[in-house]
Amino acid sequence: MDLIGDAGPAREALLTMWTIRRFEEAVDDLFARGLMHGTMHLSIGQEAVPVGACLALSEGDYITSTHRGHGHCIAKGARLDEMMAELLAKETGYCRGRGGSMHIADVATGNLGANGIVAGGVPIAAGAGLAVRMRGGQEVVVSFFGDGAVNEGAWHEGVNLAAVWDLPVVFVCENNHYGMSMSVSRAFRVKQLSERAAAYGIPGVTVDGNDPQAVHDAVADAVARARAGEGPTLVEAMTYRWKGHSKSDKNLYRTREEIEQWRERDPIARFEQRVANTLGDQEIQACRDEARERVRAAIRAANAAPDASAESLTEAVYAK
Amino acid sequence: MTAVAEQTRTLTYAEAVREALAQAMTADERVFLLGEDVGTYGGAFGVTGDLVHRFGEERIRDTPISELGIVGAAVGAALAGMRPVVEIQFSDFTAQAMDQIVNQAAKIHFMLGGAATVPMVLRAPTGSGTGAAAQHSQSLEAWFAHVPGLKVVMPATPADAKTLLLAAIEDPNPVIVLEHKLLYKQSGPVPEAATPARLGEAAVRRTGADLTIVATGVMVSRALEAAEQLATDGVEASVIDPRTLKPLDAQPIVDDVIRTGRALLVQEAPKTAGFMAEIAATIGESPAFGHLRAPIARLCGLDVPIPYAPQLERAAVPQAGDIVRAAADLVRRW
Ligand SMILES: Cc1ncc(C[n+]2csc(CCOP(=O)(O)OP(=O)(O)O)c2C)c(N)n1
Repeated sequence: MDLIGDAGPAREALLTMWTIRRFEEAVDDLFARGLMHGTMHLSIGQEAVPVGACLALSEGDYITSTHRGHGHCIAKGARLDEMMAELLAKETGYCRGRGGSMHIADVATGNLGANGIVAGGVPIAAGAGLAVRMRGGQEVVVSFFGDGAVNEGAWHEGVNLAAVWDLPVVFVCENNHYGMSMSVSRAFRVKQLSERAAAYGIPGVTVDGNDPQAVHDAVADAVARARAGEGPTLVEAMTYRWKGHSKSDKNLYRTREEIEQWRERDPIARFEQRVANTLGDQEIQACRDEARERVRAAIRAANAAPDASAESLTEAVYAK
Repeated sequence: MTAVAEQTRTLTYAEAVREALAQAMTADERVFLLGEDVGTYGGAFGVTGDLVHRFGEERIRDTPISELGIVGAAVGAALAGMRPVVEIQFSDFTAQAMDQIVNQAAKIHFMLGGAATVPMVLRAPTGSGTGAAAQHSQSLEAWFAHVPGLKVVMPATPADAKTLLLAAIEDPNPVIVLEHKLLYKQSGPVPEAATPARLGEAAVRRTGADLTIVATGVMVSRALEAAEQLATDGVEASVIDPRTLKPLDAQPIVDDVIRTGRALLVQEAPKTAGFMAEIAATIGESPAFGHLRAPIARLCGLDVPIPYAPQLERAAVPQAGDIVRAAADLVRRW
């Protein structure tokens, strides 16, 4: 898919990246003003990864997501009003106020859930891939995780299962250079995390994670391999989170200069430059406006919705 | 309830489990097994036996040694529409998979506000008595019963091994089935039909006037053995097997204690914070409290890891003779 020269996909990619950015700026603001509680992990600066990856997926394909999952959820097609309602603790939220940011899921669009456990979604993605295989389906599962996840046992076990069973899973590592404060240079001896793929006998590639086209190309290749029954691939997307790890982060482990350098490589600004000829200034402005308007509408709808009710708290502990 | 008229044959507990698996897999193509050495090897305790020849390697799926990965894969497969049954070789190894059991399987339905279900079963051989020592002999049911979102089953007879497993497979929730490894070779009548039991239904195995014995897992047969001995000395005991610890069917226990006024609670697991503490509290909170003529007594495993030497291992968990002594003592003193 040509995200640069083809107006349709270019517009979709730009609109979705802006939507993620605006959504997260909005929740950041709501949080700062005391209107949203809990904690959350923002992916501002990383928008190109979910957008590039999810554009390589079709309806019916699955994803598993992480604690930093707003972008994955939006890129996979979730409704903003239900997401916002969930974060604002409303009955109409995706999880009826039981999940919040870290557990947001939209099963209808194939999002099997964000996860508060680092690497928790990796073996789950392998299992979803196994289900697809056993049913003779054509669907693919993309499992998103951060650089910190690849040192967890769950990651190794999940990737190995997918590899030995040739499951239709694409492992997408969002290497944003830090697991909380632990930098990749302190956490690994390998140069690139994609090298880890060799240990499982599967292909591994590293791409520019601030370029949706590069992410898309790599994930699309991996998806094609997976659909053809050739098994999993590890895609490492190099990116950066502008904001702190979560709400309590003082950024003591990295410098202002480093953050500034990466802000200059803003995936959205770069993409706008690259699609300037394809879309034109007016269309680009229209994408920005539409994203802002969609987020505002979601906040309005969520604010108008009833609060999650404690009367039904014990519901849904068990399925009937 | 298993009707009296139902056709039964004599099978071992292991054969009963295998029959339930085969019938569930025949009835529903979403059901499949995964675990270490469940295929050609036939399972560490021989439970899966020849199933791989009947259902093939796709559905009787040998896995690498990776408990967390296996349970995680079952969670994912369940979320994506399958009905996986996991065999963990020894229940002790669920410690490796605890994140997927406790933080994923148990909570996904709730965290998602009911939008997804995790219909999976985790079977695991549990308990001591085989000389396998501390890392292969534990009774961990209280770990699981403590987690909202899990159901916990402890079948004590071949018939229950079959019908409770069928119920677990049909259930839309994650169910932990703890099979006692000493019971695998015991035989008994097992219904032919693939009729599941109801989870959350205790079995009153015996009724007596003098005391109520509540026992789980392998302690059920030891309690029954003890009750026979006690009867020869004129002490009549009821024996109640909760069968599912969660959901717990407390009513038959409460009713029986109201009748007898004495409760002896027997478990293999160590005493401290064990499941029988829950039963004791349940009785204490119920109308049976006013009918107690003796303090509630617990007879449990010692608070020690299970040792290797046979005489030490026997000493670490209640034996039939211990139950006889504890019951007689309770009746004599009160
Ligand atoms: C098993 C586990 N250990 C630790 C944590 C606490 N924690 C949450 S996110 C995080 C960092 C994760 O880093 P990474 O996987 O690189 O993802 P990123 O936050 O960079 O997106 C940590 C340590 C956790 N949630 N789960």
